[in-house]
Amino acid sequence: MFKGVDFFPHGTKIPVMELRGYCVTISTVAALIAIALIFTKGLNFGIDFKGGSLFEIQSKSGPVDIGNLRSKLGALKLGDVQIQGLDQPTDALIRVEQQQGGETAQQDAANKVQEALGKDIKIRRVEVVGPAVSGELKQAGIIAVSLAIVGILLYIWFRFEWQFGVAAILALVHDIVITIGVFALLGFEFGLTEVAALLTLAGYSINDTVVVFDRIRENLRRYKKMPLIELLNLSINETLSRTVLTASTTFLAVLALYVFGTEVIRGFSFAMLFGILIGTWSSIFVASPFLLWIGVKRDWSGAVATTKTAAGKA
Amino acid sequence: MLHFERWKIIAIVATCLAGIVFAMPNLFSKETVAGWPSWMPHGQLSLGLDLRGGAHLLLAMDTKELDRDWLVTLRDDARKQLREAKVAFTGLGVVGNAVQVRLAKPQDIDKAYDALKKLSEPLGNAILGSTGNNIDVEKTGPDLISLRPTEQGLQQRVASAASASVETVRRRIDSLGTTEPNIVRQGQDRILVQVPGFDDTRKLKDVIGQTAKLTFHAVHPTTTAEEAKQTRVPLSYKIYPSDEEDGGSYLLQEAPVVSGEDLVDAQPGFDSRTNEPIITFRFNQSGARKFGRFTKDNVGSPFAIVLDNKVLSAPVIREPILGGSGQISGNFTVESANNLAIQLRSGALPTKLTIVEERTVGPSLGADSIEAGETAGMIGTFAVAGFMIFAYGLFGLFAVFAVVINITLIVAVMTVIGSTLTLPGIAGLVLTVGMAVDANVLIYERIREELRSGKTPLSAIDGGFSKAFGTILDSNLTTLIAGLVMFWLGSGPVRGFAVTLSLGIFATVFTAFTVTRLLVALWVAAQKTRKIPAPL
Repeated sequence: MFKGVDFFPHGTKIPVMELRGYCVTISTVAALIAIALIFTKGLNFGIDFKGGSLFEIQSKSGPVDIGNLRSKLGALKLGDVQIQGLDQPTDALIRVEQQQGGETAQQDAANKVQEALGKDIKIRRVEVVGPAVSGELKQAGIIAVSLAIVGILLYIWFRFEWQFGVAAILALVHDIVITIGVFALLGFEFGLTEVAALLTLAGYSINDTVVVFDRIRENLRRYKKMPLIELLNLSINETLSRTVLTASTTFLAVLALYVFGTEVIRGFSFAMLFGILIGTWSSIFVASPFLLWIGVKRDWSGAVATTKTAAGKA
Repeated sequence: MLHFERWKIIAIVATCLAGIVFAMPNLFSKETVAGWPSWMPHGQLSLGLDLRGGAHLLLAMDTKELDRDWLVTLRDDARKQLREAKVAFTGLGVVGNAVQVRLAKPQDIDKAYDALKKLSEPLGNAILGSTGNNIDVEKTGPDLISLRPTEQGLQQRVASAASASVETVRRRIDSLGTTEPNIVRQGQDRILVQVPGFDDTRKLKDVIGQTAKLTFHAVHPTTTAEEAKQTRVPLSYKIYPSDEEDGGSYLLQEAPVVSGEDLVDAQPGFDSRTNEPIITFRFNQSGARKFGRFTKDNVGSPFAIVLDNKVLSAPVIREPILGGSGQISGNFTVESANNLAIQLRSGALPTKLTIVEERTVGPSLGADSIEAGETAGMIGTFAVAGFMIFAYGLFGLFAVFAVVINITLIVAVMTVIGSTLTLPGIAGLVLTVGMAVDANVLIYERIREELRSGKTPLSAIDGGFSKAFGTILDSNLTTLIAGLVMFWLGSGPVRGFAVTLSLGIFATVFTAFTVTRLLVALWVAAQKTRKIPAPL
């Protein structure tokens, strides 16, 4: 029978722990840059969070004339109007910023745009979000991400030890912050579906970390005398093939979404694609150094005793 | 781990078959499924608005207007009560968020208080019993009494206005001839309207955008609005603006003669002489009687037809209108007459509804999204399947089979519980394909490890399954937490994603420990030799 190609090298001895100084430095710097970007450049919030209106349009006769559209819509004096061509030359997205004057002002603006577009253009999608709803969605998004993080922390605390929980959450926050930072850097639109992607990413990334931690716990029981650094290295290397293989299958599936999906899914799948890479990186190179830094309970037979190891060069 | 009792095998196979049977109708068109014999399942996934196209509107009630209206009603009720109790008062009006009464004689205060106290009603609560009154009546001075709506009273008011609005909006949308609109109250003061397959939001907004409070008023016989503005507005009269721009205004009796509540029918039509669009209406018995009496007493003088506090027209009564029907003219287009007729038939809204969120997807875009989702799903699945077979051979094929069963089960459960598939939901399915094989990867990598450590194939397989179990559970439960948070806090599309993601996790854990394990066990049993070859 065909046993499959066992292509991933086994018995690797990547000295992850010895490299932790570099890894954690790289990650910390990346996270700090991400935070700086989020606060200076800011996120390009979608209308879910910013309010305003969005139109996906299709020209009935040939490619859409974006220049003409721009001057037509500019004459309406609705503030910032962005027009973006889509994959099909006949299609375009129009974004109109939130209008002053409350809920009805958004509707009035949307009506004006629809009238100005004329008969030759078909409106395929309209989204108008008023100030009240966008405020609530923003709040709900922040609550959702925070709640998910707290829920995961509690679960890992319950199943492992608090040290594992804290290390896993640090790695998770690192993943989320850097992913948001990339959105700020590239100026990609950040809306409700991107928050959903962040939550999924949280689940995926923690899943990856948990697999490594599970092995660490198992090895802690098995090798009572092995130095912690050596034990962490062993655990990471033992689970490396699984980490990489799973990342590959998930990446493949999401790549299909990114390439063949529509505009609505694009931001979501981009966040996931990037998140899989960063999540895999963090569960191999970041989570365990954090664990070493916090210290773990060595004796899993019952008595409470923790081995504190200095953070070292990290 | 490789031994299965007979009943377990039967249960696993039965679950998979049930999944296939209930998911099957989704592979066929609606028409084909409709032709199937009745014993076969007919349920198909309901598609979200983003996939089938449709309009989604979130409307907010004007609660301030509701509060204001209530205070005005309260003021009128108080006047009535005081008159019945024969208590003289020098002032009665709305002050801030209360109604204030100033009595002519301070010694009447107890009598007045008792009379006004009757207006305060206990609030009913099915579970907790009475929870206080809807208004507080208080003596605020030697000759002052105030009536203040309580917080709970206001809330109850908003709640009943919301359910009334839902009913009215439903009647109005139904008359547009749409199918299965979903109209529900959301939160305190919002109403969610979803109309699948309908993307003419302009029409939708026109029909729900107006309160449509219709009233008929007597016009002041001698004073015009202009004169009243310069001197003073006579008691119980009020100035109403015209519906037309620069149409001036009218001085009308504030209390209407008849109101829209007394209408039994309203239809659009054309005036037989001018051929202009009009609305013909019919009153119920009590409305007809009131209107008949009024027109008989006022032949030769004008009366005003008022819609949402604006005067549509003020014709002169030529003869008594006793039949209880009539017509309204006033600058209508065919469309606006049609809309107003719908609105009048459906009844007035308790308050104006403002659109706070709108999401409309045209059917063609929805179809494109489904197509794109199908392509991405197919290609994603083939890529993952190819990868798994390349990496694990026959066992990889087992994993692919398990993933297919996994997706089938998700679709079956969603179909049976009537959950809605959205575009992010499709993304969740594709993502599940990628993440579900993780369980198999964990098991297989573990088996390989056991084999490398020198174990026999049989004990390696056994050890691989049992040792991977805890890890699979832990890693999937963390994703489930994220999924549940999304379901709880998310709305619409995000919730659809949370549903497929969460169901995917259950299906993943199930298939990894039943389907894959059963296939492997069958493979072991099928080995003719005593010595089983290493499978991976």
